[in-house]
Amino acid sequence: MSTHAHRAAASDHEAHGHHDHHEMSFWEKYVFPLDHKMIGMQYFFTGVAMGVIGALMSYAFRMQMAFPGKAVPLFGLITPEFYNSMVTNHGSIMIFWFAMPVLIAAFGNFLIPLMCGCDDMVFPKINRLSYQIFLLSAIILLVSIFMPGGGFGSAWTSYPPLSSSATYNQTPYGAPMWLLAVALEFVAFLLGGINFITTLMNSRAPGMKMYDIPVVLWMIVIASILFMASVGPLIAGAVMLFFDQTMGTGFFDPARGGDPVLWQHLFWFFGHPEVYVVLLPAMGIVAEVLATFARKKLFGYKTILWTAIATGVLSFVVWAHHQFVAGIDPRMANIFTVTTLLISVPVTEMLFVYIATLYGGSIQLTTPMLFAIAFVAEFLIGGVTGIYLGASGADIYFHDTYFVLAHFHYTFIPIAVIAVFAGVYYWFPKMFGRMMNDFWGKVHFWGTAVPFNGIFLPLFYTGAAGDHRRSFDLLNFPEMNQPALIFARQFATVSLLVMLGFQVIFFINFFYSMFRGRKAGANPWNANTLEWVAPSPPPHGNFAELPNCYRGPYEYSVPGRSSDFWPQNEPAN
Amino acid sequence: MWWVLGSEIVIFGGLLACYLMMRLMYDSWSDAASHTNTVAGAINTFILLTSSLFAVLAHNAAERGKGPLAALYLLLTIGGGLNFLVVKAIEWTNEIKHGYTITTNTFWSFYYTACGLHAMHVIAGMTAMGIVAVGALRGKHLPRVEYVGLYWHFVDIVWIFLFPLIYIAK
Ligand code: HEM
Ligand SMILES: [Cu+2]
Repeated sequence: MSTHAHRAAASDHEAHGHHDHHEMSFWEKYVFPLDHKMIGMQYFFTGVAMGVIGALMSYAFRMQMAFPGKAVPLFGLITPEFYNSMVTNHGSIMIFWFAMPVLIAAFGNFLIPLMCGCDDMVFPKINRLSYQIFLLSAIILLVSIFMPGGGFGSAWTSYPPLSSSATYNQTPYGAPMWLLAVALEFVAFLLGGINFITTLMNSRAPGMKMYDIPVVLWMIVIASILFMASVGPLIAGAVMLFFDQTMGTGFFDPARGGDPVLWQHLFWFFGHPEVYVVLLPAMGIVAEVLATFARKKLFGYKTILWTAIATGVLSFVVWAHHQFVAGIDPRMANIFTVTTLLISVPVTEMLFVYIATLYGGSIQLTTPMLFAIAFVAEFLIGGVTGIYLGASGADIYFHDTYFVLAHFHYTFIPIAVIAVFAGVYYWFPKMFGRMMNDFWGKVHFWGTAVPFNGIFLPLFYTGAAGDHRRSFDLLNFPEMNQPALIFARQFATVSLLVMLGFQVIFFINFFYSMFRGRKAGANPWNANTLEWVAPSPPPHGNFAELPNCYRGPYEYSVPGRSSDFWPQNEPAN
Repeated sequence: MWWVLGSEIVIFGGLLACYLMMRLMYDSWSDAASHTNTVAGAINTFILLTSSLFAVLAHNAAERGKGPLAALYLLLTIGGGLNFLVVKAIEWTNEIKHGYTITTNTFWSFYYTACGLHAMHVIAGMTAMGIVAVGALRGKHLPRVEYVGLYWHFVDIVWIFLFPLIYIAK
């Protein structure tokens, strides 16, 4: 649809009084909404609730690591089966039910129509359906943990044959239910992605050209495309694995003529791009926050876009770096080493572009800005350590140790926790029409960004010294029982307790501000993008009058203008 | 719509790529494949192609604004799908009688999984066409005729890949 047609459709729309202001019932408004913002909220609160559950799981197994054999408050004595189920479900929840829903579905739903300057998603009913399927998948996952035999325990990568047969994994219900939940979650995101891409392509405000689209929208949409292009083989694989589990086929079981490495290819063909599926939206959120609070034009807008696309494309040819120890051909290992090192180029480039944005800006250290800067700094550590693992020679040594674990948490925590907080503090006034408390926000910031290092820096160390991940009790193995490492293990666990404790401050601040916070105007940060044109919180239909767009999103401190920002919808004088 | 098709293509693409890889790796598979019923497969190919023709005719009728005619053609397409499923059912019953089930070996696992997944798409396509046909009869939502048609062609094309891979290449 051209923008003209869109305009016509929009006025048509108003003529029909689609957003007529009859009082919607509670059910229509909050439980089965069609409004993209409310669906975004549903995704947000469900995702965060799952994140809290995932964090509690990490508490359980970290306590077991630091104090093996002792009863864990809240959980009691932990059995090996329970430990496996906790580790597996922690990983699955954090990636599929926390990072993806919050970063892509929640922010995507909330921001895309607002920042495009239109009134809703193109297919609101598909949007609602996507959330409902997602919710169903989350419920199935949580129930699976309590089934007889316990929850699935073969790690979130679910390598067969361990994962494919109850004879091996002892979880006759947990395993298929886990798989079903993951498959449903994929369906939900396929449906959501269709909406995101179509809306960005078709319903932009008149005048919004390709290079006027805010970075975060680009990132969410590139991530959706990446997801849709990579998940297919895994869905096919999931069907096969499901049949292996429930019908006794042997696609992946060598004892029955199958090939377990085939699963690894299918899984990681999706699994690696998935890392960028969550990374890109996080990068996008950070870009918005950095530009707004550096009061400066985002450095290298086009560079960011094209490096994001390059990252997306490259992410399809690196998957086998997860299989360096799976007996793949060494020549193949070399190829994948090279592609893996290549992919670090665009990612690093993006980070440097961000740093360049900060350079010479008049920086306002608000809470979201602190989180955004911390993202750049901490993610660098994750990225740098990834280079060791991308080199097949080093990875053979590091594989499946806590070093790997520390590496990917140094990427995931900035992505899924720190960038998400940057986004939440930044868009909170738009979501609820009130400000969050800045002082407690900063306390929360320091209580999150510092102890997080306390968790994972020691794990680099213990991992390099040989601590094996996914082992229930390291003291069981004489050669792993390294007394010198016990302190580091305990330090990590205590840091986790500190970090979890500080999150309480966040939740109090969040819910208190939601109802009692200082009232925010439409544009409390003096930002340029179109969502700040709508009232806070935006009503159903978003804008009183749909905005036009006259320029790019990052015109801050333009020489010769009296104010240091220049909203996208303001006509040139 | 294109996005739905795109993601469906990668799903089947993944499955077929696995099949091809394993097929090339294990010689014993051609022996197993020689037990598939090529005649039934050929009949089904013919049925699907014919039904796709009706889908095109339905689209054509819808473009000229002839809702009821489009509905009729859609009904014929659904009939084709039904025929396809009947042949498939007979085929599977026969095979299971001869002792080739989904657990016999990996070839048969692939056979049943790929064909089963495809059959589910046939059913989904038929359902969608049924819904669209009801609308078309009343002259409503005519552009949808094109979309279900597209979907049907996709189902058809997947079969065009499955047929030589599973039935012909011995
Ligand atoms: C709250 C702080 C967190 C802590 C203390 C933590 C700790 C851990 C530990 C110790 C393990 C592995 C245990 C083992 O292999 O024996 C683990 C696994 C994992 N974590 Fe976290 N984690 C945290 C947050 C996150 C987040 C935010 C994500 C992703 C967005 C994440 C993703 C994963 C994944 C994918 C695994 C692998 C699971 C598996 O091996 O099946 N974690 N985490
Ligand atoms: Cu990877």
